[in-house]
Amino acid sequence: MAVGESLDFRIPSDVQYIEGIVGQVVARCTALAWSRRHVALNVPVALTEALSNAILRGNGDDVRRSVMLRVRIDDVQLVAEVRDEGQGFDLEACTEDATLPENLHREDGRGLFLMEKLMDRVERFRDGGDGDSAGGNVVRLVLHRA
Amino acid sequence: MSFTVARLGDVTVVEVEGQLIVGNRQELKQRVLDEVDKGARKVLIDFERTGYIDSSGLGVLVSLAKRIRDAGGELRLANLHDELQTLFELTKLDTLFQISTTRAHALESF
Repeated sequence: MAVGESLDFRIPSDVQYIEGIVGQVVARCTALAWSRRHVALNVPVALTEALSNAILRGNGDDVRRSVMLRVRIDDVQLVAEVRDEGQGFDLEACTEDATLPENLHREDGRGLFLMEKLMDRVERFRDGGDGDSAGGNVVRLVLHRA
Repeated sequence: MSFTVARLGDVTVVEVEGQLIVGNRQELKQRVLDEVDKGARKVLIDFERTGYIDSSGLGVLVSLAKRIRDAGGELRLANLHDELQTLFELTKLDTLFQISTTRAHALESF
């Protein structure tokens, strides 16, 4: 039976917060004996990409808006949901195949590519919110341990 | 992230400690460009003490390579651990940079 836990964070839209909360998630994965590759590559890089997208694109770098991160980790999988408070943006429209020769010299455009390469599943949807929240964009990352 | 800059012969060696990510990549970019402005043309970034790099960090490396090349120099990389090597292979940036397994090999290769 999977033994796991949930971690919840709420941060202002400031990229300086990313490293600290990613470090806490990685520490939990390490404590649950996830592999070196998962804790040194897949989880920190994909999570950093999702958080920076939420801050810079979703919330437009507006520090008055928050980004929420909820992570469920157990010995089977990690599910991370990154939620912003923005109006929505077309992530695909600003992302091309980063490995095409004509894109190799580009500075940007690798964020979604890396999330999809490093996670088993990446889902993006709009959360309409309810009476207590205004809603926003959600990126759900799923990584299986095996 | 913190980094140190040292001059070994005519090579400027930058050692990156910690993560190279969206929150700090401009510090590295500016520091290296300052060295280029002061005349550095052979630049080596040593990742022995680096944790992970995100797409913004990779983008800064691509940008620096171009700026140094435009100035008549070259940026080379060394000491990628297995996960960083995988990252460069996934993005095919291993085809864009000359990457050495050790600092000594990189210094010899310039």
